[in-house]
Amino acid sequence: MWRLKAFLKRVGVLAATLIGASLLIFLAMNVLPGDPAEVLLGMNASPEAIASLRAEMGLDRSLPLQFADFVGRALVGDFGVSATYGVPVIDLLAERASVSVPLAVLSVVLSVMFALPAGLYAATRRGRPADRAVEIGAQVGLSIPNVWLGLMLVFVFAVTLKIAPAGGFPGWGAGVLPALGALLLPAVSLAAPQAAILTRIVRAAVAEAMDEDYVALARAKGLSHAQAVRRHALANAWSPIVTIIGLQFGFLVAGAIVIETVFSLPGLGRLLFQGVAQRDLAVVQGVVLVLVATVIVVNSLCDAVADWRDPRRRAAIPPLASP
Amino acid sequence: MKRFAFVAAFILTAVAVSAPSSAQPQSDRLILAMALEPPHLDPTAGAAGAIDEILYANVFEGLTRVLANGAVAPALATSWTIAEDDLSATFMLREGVTFHDGSPFNAEVAKFALDRARADGAENAQPQLFAAIEDVVVDGPLQLTIRLSRPDGDLPYALAWGDAVMVHPDSAEANKQTPVGTGPFKFERWRRGDRVVLVRSDTYWGEKPALNTVEFAFIADPTVALAALLAGDVHAFPTFPTPESLPILEANTDYTVSIGTTEGETILAINSRKAPFDDIRVRRAISAAIDRQAVIDGAMYGTATPIGAHVPPHDPGYIDVTAVNAYDPSKAMALLEEAQVADLSVEIALPPPAYARRSGEIIAAQLREVGIDASVRPVEWAEWLSKVFRGKEFDLTIVAHTEPADVGIYARPDYYFATKDQVLKDALAALETEGDPNARMELLKTVQTRMADDAVNAFLFQLPKIGVWDARLTGLWQNAPLQANDVTGVSWSE
Repeated sequence: MWRLKAFLKRVGVLAATLIGASLLIFLAMNVLPGDPAEVLLGMNASPEAIASLRAEMGLDRSLPLQFADFVGRALVGDFGVSATYGVPVIDLLAERASVSVPLAVLSVVLSVMFALPAGLYAATRRGRPADRAVEIGAQVGLSIPNVWLGLMLVFVFAVTLKIAPAGGFPGWGAGVLPALGALLLPAVSLAAPQAAILTRIVRAAVAEAMDEDYVALARAKGLSHAQAVRRHALANAWSPIVTIIGLQFGFLVAGAIVIETVFSLPGLGRLLFQGVAQRDLAVVQGVVLVLVATVIVVNSLCDAVADWRDPRRRAAIPPLASP
Repeated sequence: MKRFAFVAAFILTAVAVSAPSSAQPQSDRLILAMALEPPHLDPTAGAAGAIDEILYANVFEGLTRVLANGAVAPALATSWTIAEDDLSATFMLREGVTFHDGSPFNAEVAKFALDRARADGAENAQPQLFAAIEDVVVDGPLQLTIRLSRPDGDLPYALAWGDAVMVHPDSAEANKQTPVGTGPFKFERWRRGDRVVLVRSDTYWGEKPALNTVEFAFIADPTVALAALLAGDVHAFPTFPTPESLPILEANTDYTVSIGTTEGETILAINSRKAPFDDIRVRRAISAAIDRQAVIDGAMYGTATPIGAHVPPHDPGYIDVTAVNAYDPSKAMALLEEAQVADLSVEIALPPPAYARRSGEIIAAQLREVGIDASVRPVEWAEWLSKVFRGKEFDLTIVAHTEPADVGIYARPDYYFATKDQVLKDALAALETEGDPNARMELLKTVQTRMADDAVNAFLFQLPKIGVWDARLTGLWQNAPLQANDVTGVSWSE
């Protein structure tokens, strides 16, 4: 019963956040000077042409009416039509998500694949040179701006070695390998700072668990060091690690705006950037709502995984009615 | 440690399998890069230069067209005659022309296209092109007469613009997403954010182009533009965004670097509706404070040509008036003193293009040298259009006016900059209707002299067309008489 309640509560938070976010965007976009009709028709257009295009876009209506109309449509899954591109926003979102979602997932995978072994390695060799090396490495990874890293990767792999494309995305229709290949360098640039953070978190979480009595007990029972780490220390360190991965997902989505520009990827980040520049409210609303929803859902999932991995957290949830 | 090795191996393998297939050019495929993506693909319904840069002459054709050298030539009209009274023009249309969807082109279609472009409230970005047209009359299947309300010496030229191309009633509405024209290439697909692909049309009325596939890829970041060229991902960047990387490319024999001309007069516009800029002495002081060559060297790496008025140096009617407001800081200070404006502080609004942002910083420094407290304010394009251009809320701003033959904007009463010089206004009005080429030349000379003398704006430089492409490519435009990438004559040598 509490699971359903918790679930409903999460859905309620999601809905409230989405409505709040869209109101904020709507107000911000209306405060910004300029409108899409002017941008489309440029410097020589007659005021009549701009007025008639504004009317066609529905921008001549009062602001509350425009917002109510947007919310009403969004509730039934209609995000409207892009003022710039003239196509339904939902189609643009789907097209761009096919780049951004795999990019974010690939970045998380790379980040975890690096951070878990590195963090564990450092935690089990606390204070020794290996630990110091990982710490310095993480510090460097954290300090390198990912734009710079992206450009360097392009110059090494695309310009000098000529084994990777300098940018662009061939589309999934061109095959899985070429598409993944086009996403790999951007994913590495996105993942580097996240991997650095995650490495430190893993190291700290595992190190903390290793100081617990149950690890000492496990060793006393005769488990090897590695077994104790894997079965007891790591098992108990999962919860903070998974939570951080969830939080990082939001950063990955935001950081993608810059990385997508560096690699000329047609992703959600660049769509958002163009949408703001062209005052395309429908596009900005659509992208932001998708990003907000993704971050909330991913964080909820990570919380759920952490709960499942950590019985102590389950106990913190309202007690089950006895069967 | 094994896992590190595994990660590294994984990255290298996946990167290697994704190596671009485009490194070896195929003889009939061209990948051309552009910095900006068009919002849609209908040249008759938008101001974005990127629309014409993909579609003009490649997919869409007008009754007339502009050639690489700027001359007007027949396209879908084979010939035309102007009536004795200069109040009508009759066009003979080409026979056997079809749109890419098979629909025939004829005088009815031409009338539809022109009427659609010039209708009240039409979404057309260049209504001034059609301002003199009174009526369009179909004389026969392949003959069309355009009746004028006043003589218009520029009509054949106006009809050559991308905003006046021929569209069919059945496909016009959908052209924004799926353009259907009469040109040598037809639209294949558009992956938004990535590229537009055109393929050769088998039904073209004229000579078939050498290329079979042309891809227009969008690369927004200037550093990546260089990388994409060097990596062989793209074959040509007809409007290369970073003049500072030219030395690298010029030193490399695999690339052709071409510095040509555009129709973009880059100006420091002055808001003379606002005090103290209504004082001619203040405007002259601003002009005299600017060292054009320093701006060109600093902002454009020496690739641009200085101008003294709003007419490009390659125009037959051009005269050099750069000496009228030559760089003279002491004269600037004297003028300011004479006008009794001490402590003048100005703000320069700078739209996003690099030429504006970079020139702005240099000019602000030069103005400070003569005692004007100049600051810069970067603005987005939408804000520039709304606040600066339409709202006229600015002191100074830098922008390139890229339309060809656009001195007429100085006669617009409600434009964002304005002149009070009556001789200049009269000359501009006469230029609008004058048909005689010699008389036009004389008028254009007066216009340039008076513009410089009135210091309407500070005239900076003609924007260059910096093109970089694979040295094996021939046939790309060196100059840009229109914002277009006509690839119909492009081929690979060897």
